Amino acid sequence: MHATKKRVNGLAVYAVLYLMFLYAPVAVLPLFSFNDSQYITFPLKGFTLQWYKQLAQNESIIHAFLNSLRVAIPVSIISTILGTFAAKAVTRYRLRGRGGLIGFIMVPLVIPEIILGISLLMTFSLSQIKLSLITIGVGHLLLCVPFSMLVLISRMEGFDRSVEEAAQDLGENAWWTFWRVTFPIIFPGVVASVLLTFTISFDEFVLAFFLGGSDATLPLHIWSQLRFPDKLPSVLALGAIIVVVSTIVIFAAEWIRRGGVQLTKQSKI
Amino acid sequence: MSTLTTSPDRTLVERLRIGFRKSETAKGYTLLSPTLSIVLLGLLFPLLILLTLSFWKQDYVDLIQTFTLTNYADFFRKKIYYLILYRSIRISAFVMFVTVILAYPLAYFIAFHVQKNKIMWIIMVTIPFWTSYLLRVFSWKVILGYNGVINSSLISLGILTEPLQFLLYNPIAVVITLAHAWAAVAILPIYVSLEKIDRSLIEAARDLGENAVMTFLRVTLPLSLPGVIAASLLVFIPTVGDYVTPALVGGPRGLMIGNIIQSMFGKALNWPLGAALSIITMLTVSAAVCVLLGGTRLFRKKVG
Repeated sequence: MHATKKRVNGLAVYAVLYLMFLYAPVAVLPLFSFNDSQYITFPLKGFTLQWYKQLAQNESIIHAFLNSLRVAIPVSIISTILGTFAAKAVTRYRLRGRGGLIGFIMVPLVIPEIILGISLLMTFSLSQIKLSLITIGVGHLLLCVPFSMLVLISRMEGFDRSVEEAAQDLGENAWWTFWRVTFPIIFPGVVASVLLTFTISFDEFVLAFFLGGSDATLPLHIWSQLRFPDKLPSVLALGAIIVVVSTIVIFAAEWIRRGGVQLTKQSKI
Repeated sequence: MSTLTTSPDRTLVERLRIGFRKSETAKGYTLLSPTLSIVLLGLLFPLLILLTLSFWKQDYVDLIQTFTLTNYADFFRKKIYYLILYRSIRISAFVMFVTVILAYPLAYFIAFHVQKNKIMWIIMVTIPFWTSYLLRVFSWKVILGYNGVINSSLISLGILTEPLQFLLYNPIAVVITLAHAWAAVAILPIYVSLEKIDRSLIEAARDLGENAVMTFLRVTLPLSLPGVIAASLLVFIPTVGDYVTPALVGGPRGLMIGNIIQSMFGKALNWPLGAALSIITMLTVSAAVCVLLGGTRLFRKKVG
């Protein structure tokens, strides 16, 4: 008994160390973004907000930020709609080759992103489609749809179909059945999907790198600044904001999604 | 008696329509079709174009659209390409190994030792994975750099007088950064497979007199193997083509095939050669995956 208890403690220590390994590198950004020095070195010099002030005055960063929103908002909405359709199709109906179809939609997640990026770049270029924020969005859609589908499948599995049938028996048509019965039930999944795909698109760099035209998104802008040491502090400040905001968004999304699942489990007991 | 006079045409159309509406499968495919067509148009079609282009040739800014094997011949003629591909495979295999070994105990801890708030742990583990990849790599550059966080803190603590040079710009820096970046991808499938294990099997092994270590080796580990394999593949396949990490922390000795492919679309401007290198990389990765899967199947047969 005593021996097993000791081993548990060992694992717990390992788990805490592992979490530190996961979070420490990310925590570096906010820490040094308040440091009153050009250089990212210890010991810390003093507290300052000047890098954030510089950020607020930098028009190209604000422009890139707005571009990222212009891509991420439509992408998150469209991919969630497509993901909902697809998840409904594979959970509600018995489809031949279901596993294969899901696998096929998942391929963009597994394939190296650079190959996805260059093959789309070639396709756009040969079809004489000009690179722009839209072409970035198309690339992001390929990455985001599988995530939406996964999130919504997990929400729809175990969905009690009889409530939909009841609504239809009571005279609702398919459209209103969806909005008044199905949608409220899957709503947490929809919110989680929008939040997750928004963050994926907002933070995505590799596809944007190949598919972007002259208009930069935020990650592209950051990439272009990394070469200049004097720009690093404001990149740190920007990075700190992005990391903190996406952490909050992701936490909310995961909490809504997984918390909702847990709730139904508990209510069964 | 009855006055039903429906024309035969109409009944046929009606019947077909009802048949279609009732056909569950048709409904399902209709719902799935927008997503499927996006993947067809956005993935399959571009991959075919990639394949086609790999048989063309670049002439300054123009593409010559006649079939040639020059690009593939180049790969085998010029040592540099396959040396770098070989290095990429080796680095990714190492990353896979390190990531899975580090992830397993954590997944085990969450599956077997966390009683409450398992979901909280899973969320904690996944959050860094969702935040900007570029910024995470950048953080490692800042941490490992010559005037970086590790060196400057060791110097200010008086442990070092000169900064360590070997931290950044080498394959080890690439491995550390990638192992950090892909941690969640390894933890989740292992956790799922551990969570699925029927606890009574483990109890049975203990009751029959196996000690904890043997129970783990003979029951838990083999049963969690599917998760371990999934984790390995999910880390190995995407990291082979990565170019952001090697570009930021790899230095010349840490360059990977992704950097070469990327340069073909930038400075080197040779799209067909870039396409051919991509195809070769994908084929090599597929071959490596087959070896890995075959190896584990053999191992399982021997154990089972």
